[in-house]
Amino acid sequence: MNKKFTAVRLACAFAIAILLTVIIIFSISNEPGTAIYNLFLGPLQSKRHLFDVFASSIPLMFTGLALGLVFKSGNFSMIADASLYTGGVIAAAIAIMIPLPMIIHPIVIFIVAALIGGVIGSIPAILKVKFKANELVTSLMFNYVFFYLGIYTVNRFFVDREAGTFASLKYSPTATLGNMLSGTKLHWGFVIAIVVVILLYLLVYKTKFGYEIRISGSNPEFAKYSGINTSRVIILTQVIAGAVAGLGGAVEQLGMYQRFNWQDSPSYAWDGVIIAILSGNNPKFVPFAAFFLAYIRVGADLMSRRSDVQNELVSIVQAVLILFITAERFMAGWKQRQEAKKVLKEEA
Amino acid sequence: MEILRDIFGALSVPDFYFAMFRSATPVLLTTLGAMVASRSGTSNIALEGIMLISAFVGVVVSAFTQSAFVGFLGAVLAGFVISNILAYFVLKLKSNAVISGIAINTLASGGTIFVLYLITGEKGASTSLHSLKLPNVNIPVIQDIPVIGTILSGHHILTYVAFILVIVIWYMFKYTRLGMHIRAVGESPEAAESVGISVQKVKYIALVISGILTGMSGAFLSMGYVGLFSSGMTAGRGYIALATQAIAAGNAVIGMFASLIFGFCSSLANYLQSSGIPLQFIQLMPYLIIIIVYTWYCAMVERNKLKRQMNNAKKGETHVK
Repeated sequence: MNKKFTAVRLACAFAIAILLTVIIIFSISNEPGTAIYNLFLGPLQSKRHLFDVFASSIPLMFTGLALGLVFKSGNFSMIADASLYTGGVIAAAIAIMIPLPMIIHPIVIFIVAALIGGVIGSIPAILKVKFKANELVTSLMFNYVFFYLGIYTVNRFFVDREAGTFASLKYSPTATLGNMLSGTKLHWGFVIAIVVVILLYLLVYKTKFGYEIRISGSNPEFAKYSGINTSRVIILTQVIAGAVAGLGGAVEQLGMYQRFNWQDSPSYAWDGVIIAILSGNNPKFVPFAAFFLAYIRVGADLMSRRSDVQNELVSIVQAVLILFITAERFMAGWKQRQEAKKVLKEEA
Repeated sequence: MEILRDIFGALSVPDFYFAMFRSATPVLLTTLGAMVASRSGTSNIALEGIMLISAFVGVVVSAFTQSAFVGFLGAVLAGFVISNILAYFVLKLKSNAVISGIAINTLASGGTIFVLYLITGEKGASTSLHSLKLPNVNIPVIQDIPVIGTILSGHHILTYVAFILVIVIWYMFKYTRLGMHIRAVGESPEAAESVGISVQKVKYIALVISGILTGMSGAFLSMGYVGLFSSGMTAGRGYIALATQAIAAGNAVIGMFASLIFGFCSSLANYLQSSGIPLQFIQLMPYLIIIIVYTWYCAMVERNKLKRQMNNAKKGETHVK
């Protein structure tokens, strides 16, 4: 009953989001047919677009995993934003300033980006454990601090003054990640993301520490009394989440860019929230949730290029989905009636 | 040393303090909003989004009606409507307040750009709209006093409203029925319910008040000194308000001082832009200082708690709370 209920609820949330999208498009567009077609089916039109979806899902997988892990432990830090942005800056710094041979170059970058991402991730967690400072509040502030530090680092050490806009010097060719399929944007970062998905799944569901994470999240009181070191869980999960996000930032930079030009912090960490929710904080489902969001993103880009509807429409869809999927009492009435019917049937 | 001279240079100019009050205003209004919600037991992370939407609606309505006052009402109404949506999901459908708040913020950041493009054909700012500003107010008598007049007079009308609201909110929590109900519901919903207070209703009212206050701060951003809407113009002020609110621990007057700390930092940041310090360090300073003050405050609370427990233990009090 519960599984069926979840499925029906999820379907209804999607139906509401799609219906709203269609209504908005019809009420503002002069070419609603083109807009809707491109939004929903655009990515399937060519091999290139479809693989664009896979490529765009890569950073979403990293942040979805990071946020999901933090949520699973019952905490609420948004520091993945700072970790991801700084991971990108680190990738740029090493790719430009430190010459290294092929293959070794990206590996060194990934290790350093993950380490720094983990250190950043630990800060709100440590402030929480040591001083009882709310990790959501401090992480939101730290995101701005690390964003400006990143901009400073790029500007001070490896900005390209000839570029006209904000951009770093070009990355050394030894550092970039090769394309997996020629003619598409899909790069080897996809494989790295899938490996991290598997590792995190094993961590959360197959290890003792994973058990501690799950207990701390679902029943913190019980966790404390059963001798679980909750402080350790809080700090370690956020270190791992920060490392995953930092790695994600580096992978995205080396896979998709030739130079660092994130003038604003990309919204991947916030997108990670909906990925985490759609996947039920289970790493196993993260690739699918990320694929879904990437699919509408690519569809929306095609829509805004080929029709008069802008791609910011996606954020409206995203918000509606989050609201309805997490609404505990959404369709509770339906569930009750179904249960009542079942009971009546059994009695009769 | 040169930096110290720059700082003291800035601190000796009356205009510096004027700018401090100006920068504190939107954070103060939002802090009060966060406080009302928080005291009722809901942490309202949607403030950032509500502020952004209100700022946008204020500009659009004032441009179309050519009335600054109607624009202001539009901004406040936007705050009212969005907080109603939030309340519906959080209170009625039992959504997680933080996640719903993030959803509203996502909606705000993309939705405002989406509609801005529909109206103006641009995504960055509302430069092509002839929106209006709310007036500045000169206070008679005070404006003629040297130095103090420069600092306290000639502010935007919402700056004065914000500081008056500090007293109103403080009074509300201390002396009114509604304020006491909000506090009761926030501290112990079961106890409040048992004495006949409708928890749902009180929480709803608190969220709506918080939306209206935040709507005002949105209006200040886009109808104050700048007079236009630009995408993402709230720049995390809604999140800062969560921190200043936490520092205030439910006291509006402390909330005012916490907001003034932020105002002080951003005013200083403005004054130091011509000094040798890298721009980014200046930009990150207000956020960093708020983190430090907030963490320090949390550490103090924790230490006092431990101390009290120790004292109780020393006195040999055996009763368990």
